[in-house]
Amino acid sequence: MYAEFGDTGRTAAGGGVDLELNRSLQALAVAIRVRAVPWIRDVVPALCGIALHFDPFHPQLPDSVLEYCRELLQESFKSASKFEDSGRTVEVPVCYDPFFAADLDEVSAATKLSAQNIQKLHTSAKHWVLMVGFSPGQPYIGGLDAKLSVPRRATPRTRMPMGAVAIANAQTAVYPYETPGGWSIIGRTPLTVFDPARDPASLFAPGDRVRFISVSRDEFERLK
Amino acid sequence: MSLRIIRPGLLSTVQDRGRYGLQHLGVVTCGPMDPVALELANALVGNRSGEAAIEITVLGPEIEFECDVLIAICGAQFDATLAGRALPLNRPVFMEKKSKLRTGRALVGSRAYLAVAGGIATLPVLGSRSTYLPARFGGLEGRLLRAGDHLPLIENVSSLSLQRYKKLGSRKDMADLRTVSWSAPALTLPEREPIVIHAMEGRHYAHFDAAAQRAFFEATWRVSLDSNRMGFRLAGPVLARAEAFEILSEPACLGTVQVPANGLPIALMADHQTTGGYPKIAEIAAADVPRLAQLSPGGTVQFARCTLEQARELRRALRQRVDAALRSLAWDYQS
Repeated sequence: MYAEFGDTGRTAAGGGVDLELNRSLQALAVAIRVRAVPWIRDVVPALCGIALHFDPFHPQLPDSVLEYCRELLQESFKSASKFEDSGRTVEVPVCYDPFFAADLDEVSAATKLSAQNIQKLHTSAKHWVLMVGFSPGQPYIGGLDAKLSVPRRATPRTRMPMGAVAIANAQTAVYPYETPGGWSIIGRTPLTVFDPARDPASLFAPGDRVRFISVSRDEFERLK
Repeated sequence: MSLRIIRPGLLSTVQDRGRYGLQHLGVVTCGPMDPVALELANALVGNRSGEAAIEITVLGPEIEFECDVLIAICGAQFDATLAGRALPLNRPVFMEKKSKLRTGRALVGSRAYLAVAGGIATLPVLGSRSTYLPARFGGLEGRLLRAGDHLPLIENVSSLSLQRYKKLGSRKDMADLRTVSWSAPALTLPEREPIVIHAMEGRHYAHFDAAAQRAFFEATWRVSLDSNRMGFRLAGPVLARAEAFEILSEPACLGTVQVPANGLPIALMADHQTTGGYPKIAEIAAADVPRLAQLSPGGTVQFARCTLEQARELRRALRQRVDAALRSLAWDYQS
């Protein structure tokens, strides 16, 4: 449950993705942040681990940072309140029209599901944000119906369209920016996922529930 | 009060200490590729560490100062001139209104910081002035500087500059160059290539085959042309995994060396993604990241295996060198 991470960070990691573990890590991250340790710059709860990033040149950085972090994690774990459901549900309009769903045919072939059923499974499942990472505001969303599980694409795209809604293995994601990506695209959202001028800047935060809502191309254009 | 960019150079951006505290929302930290050089440049103009400066890369900009400004350039050894005369690096220089700084190629190293008294005064975004190019925010409109840009400075920059300049000891006031007779040391310039960078075994080191494990620490790696502020792609032997093996996306760190499926490692630099799904063969010692950042594409590097304790010692030694340099110039501004 614990591993080294260069000399600028520490990460603790479990075996696989598990909702209970994921939620306890988010509670743990809050408990650590509350302590406001001056040399810890970032606390990042991840799918099944947590990373502490620190300022390697901070004058108060303890010599035995490894032991300090281990104790900090243990102490914070004790004090961490049980994960409190933020109660927040982010509703995400998605246009599943083939125009936006570049990989619909491949996903359909791999899962033996019709386009309509893919959409139905994606909109009816209870999803939640397991982690936000890679680029600003990009959610890794769990709860994908097992019938929709497809592996990552053999050759990643060099550019995913902004707002692409994609799936891979047990997760689904929304791409905030045109970045490279290896997941299969099944739709697109008109929402701005990350806007530094908005408060909050990120549409998604770890722990949020997510509900995908199917919209037509007309509605998509109107919501844009 | 502003600086006017006449010619932007190859890749000039505004960078301050970096954007921290939001990595859990995927917000990339950015900040200087060489934080040591930024810290020295800021100290030379009397700023607190971490103020925003211009990071210039490989081919520098030409800049007109629209008011009197105290500046300093630290980091890579750039060819720099003021009215046809060589402009000294690593020391405070008082630039008079309307004067033009012309920088050319980096002769040694690849990145330098042009700090100004009071710092570059663009609006902070999410707590930082650092430019994040991929998502287009921070710095000046989230983009590279370009010809015709006016970079805002603090309102009283001229009086502050003069006040600070007058406090400096050993001034060498000439009609066409107002500077001092001392300079700060360059602490991060790359020595003879291949430079030696210390690294610890990464989390997934054991998943690579024996040949790959050996090759990582024995090969000479070349920084590829498609390297950028996000990561240095390293060309050399292909690093094979011992068995087919996929990891879940997990947090990544400054200095993480990850290996995608093509077997060619990528060292994560200042704009690195907050999480990644490639196995990590190594983690570069924090003290050595600024020196690596000074390599240009085509530059060569070897990795020397080190332990966590050795990495800590390297960090401590670097901090002592930086502190000694800061102490030797701090007395001027504190008086």
